[in-house]
Amino acid sequence: MAAAIEISGLTKRYGVGDAAVDALKGVDMVVQPGEVVGLIGPSGSGKSTLLKCLGAVIEPTSGRMALAGEAIYDNGWRVSDLRALRRDRIGFVFQAPHLIPFLDVTDNVALLPMLAGMANTRARARAREMLAALDVGHRAQARVEQLSGGEQQRVAIARALVNQPPIILADEPTAPLDSERALAVVRILNEMAQRFSTAIIVVTHDEKIIPTFRRIYHIRDGRTYEEAGEGRAA
Amino acid sequence: MINLAGRDILNGWGKFLFTGIGLGLLIGVTLSMAGIYRGLVDDGRVLLSNGGADLWVVQRNTLGPYAEPSNVRDDAYRALLGVKGVAEAGNVTYLTMQIEDQGKDVRVMLVGFQPGHPGEPGYLVAGRPITRSHYEAIADIKTGFRLGQRIRIRRHEYTVVGLTRRMVSSGGDPMVFVPLRDAQEVQFLKDNDALVNERARSAANPAFNRPAVPGLLEAVQASQASSRTVNVVMLRLAPHADEAIVASDIRRWKHLEAYTRADMDEILVAKLIATSAKQIFMFLVILAIVSAAIVAFIIYTMTLNKVREIAVLKLIGARNRTISAMILQQALGLGAIGFIVGKTAATLWAPIFPKYVLLLPGDAVLGALLVLVICALASIVAIRAALRVDPATAIGG
Repeated sequence: MAAAIEISGLTKRYGVGDAAVDALKGVDMVVQPGEVVGLIGPSGSGKSTLLKCLGAVIEPTSGRMALAGEAIYDNGWRVSDLRALRRDRIGFVFQAPHLIPFLDVTDNVALLPMLAGMANTRARARAREMLAALDVGHRAQARVEQLSGGEQQRVAIARALVNQPPIILADEPTAPLDSERALAVVRILNEMAQRFSTAIIVVTHDEKIIPTFRRIYHIRDGRTYEEAGEGRAA
Repeated sequence: MINLAGRDILNGWGKFLFTGIGLGLLIGVTLSMAGIYRGLVDDGRVLLSNGGADLWVVQRNTLGPYAEPSNVRDDAYRALLGVKGVAEAGNVTYLTMQIEDQGKDVRVMLVGFQPGHPGEPGYLVAGRPITRSHYEAIADIKTGFRLGQRIRIRRHEYTVVGLTRRMVSSGGDPMVFVPLRDAQEVQFLKDNDALVNERARSAANPAFNRPAVPGLLEAVQASQASSRTVNVVMLRLAPHADEAIVASDIRRWKHLEAYTRADMDEILVAKLIATSAKQIFMFLVILAIVSAAIVAFIIYTMTLNKVREIAVLKLIGARNRTISAMILQQALGLGAIGFIVGKTAATLWAPIFPKYVLLLPGDAVLGALLVLVICALASIVAIRAALRVDPATAIGG
């Protein structure tokens, strides 16, 4: 089976000449379907740059990225429509849930399949299924501001999963949550990764959840170092 | 696809509605300005049509009774009746003056006319026509006078016997109609002190007070105290008479100026109210610019308040046209609310304006289209700002 994401020799340089800064200096990373890996590093280490490259939000300078065996970047984008790539094949979970406040819970989740051209009725049905899978089905008609922080983050995860992308990028998803809720979110991410065979990369500083990852990529000065072991997972 | 604009509006409908109401009041003022201009033109046209005249005969080289002072001898109508094609003639005088009503001054245009001849009010809404030779009046309802009320005009008191409507001068002053003789006295007769002074001057003038010509001084003094002029002679033509030919004959043989209805329309609309129209047009332009600026500012602010949501939408794959459509639809929605509020407000407050405000359906349709175009243009700034939002801002770092 092809890796959900495979990165090799990825670099990103900001600026030119003497002012140039190499944010990524040859990142290598492989994440299998259904796997949840941590991406840890100090501020300025290149975490966000790597996430933005993976999310097709900024263009790397060189290297290669493949999603489910298909090259999306090989010293240049290999896909013409990056919006469609982000919409259909990459899920995002942010530090704050970043739900659309003027849509109810169902439509927040259904928006992605709708943007992909799915009929409203089908998209909402799929959204309700996803909300039920994340135990927030009973809040399907609620407004965003009526949800607790944990519920909002579950809805955000449902939104990331609804198009069943091969990869989800989670940027500090537990930062605003207490230990109990943070661990619950990680448990959900693991369950969903298994259930939908989705690879999840979690960028985090959160000491509470770091021990829960089977594999961790440390990033420092633009390079990644893998840390793995049988005894890692909680 | 969900209508994102509609959902956003529903989510913050109170703020959106109040913003729309504020904009609507501004649009209401704009529509009222257009209505005031239409009212000015319509007042002029009603003034022409209510008099029942086909030709207006005035002093030569003047623009007639409404635009310039004009004096015509009041017996000129006899000669005019002899012109081929003229069926009826009526002497009319106009004088703008203040009349006191219960301690308040009412500015009116006093019209002297001959009952049963061209120049009389077109119709009455209450009371009866003038039947006596003196001291009866018909007033436009905008004067605020009531039937049976006695009003003082210069030396004499007049009884209001009839009320009419939409009879105002080109300046918007309501008209008071009185018998021609009374109006001539009001307009041309001097006050007692001036008469005494004039008599003394004439008596001291050897040219008028010749011992060898008895009766000359009295004749001169009598002519000084009389008023034999009017401002216009209105003519009604016989059926099938060509007004251009009749007007030409009057100019050629009677040494007077004759204007057709089209001429008078041109004088009233293109000359007399042209400055007012330009003034109103300038207000309209300024109000349109202010409205556009306000809509642009509101939509821009609303968009800036949604930068994070827009970044998320772009990150999860929303196309630029989806985001642009959301902003455009909100701008158009704001314009639609504004127009409905503005039209309603303009309709409600039109009757309390001192001048006639004519809100034409065509103007309303044009106004609605303009509002929507202005809103669409005003949304461009916000759309540009939204399209510049970097989806990476949703990720942070």
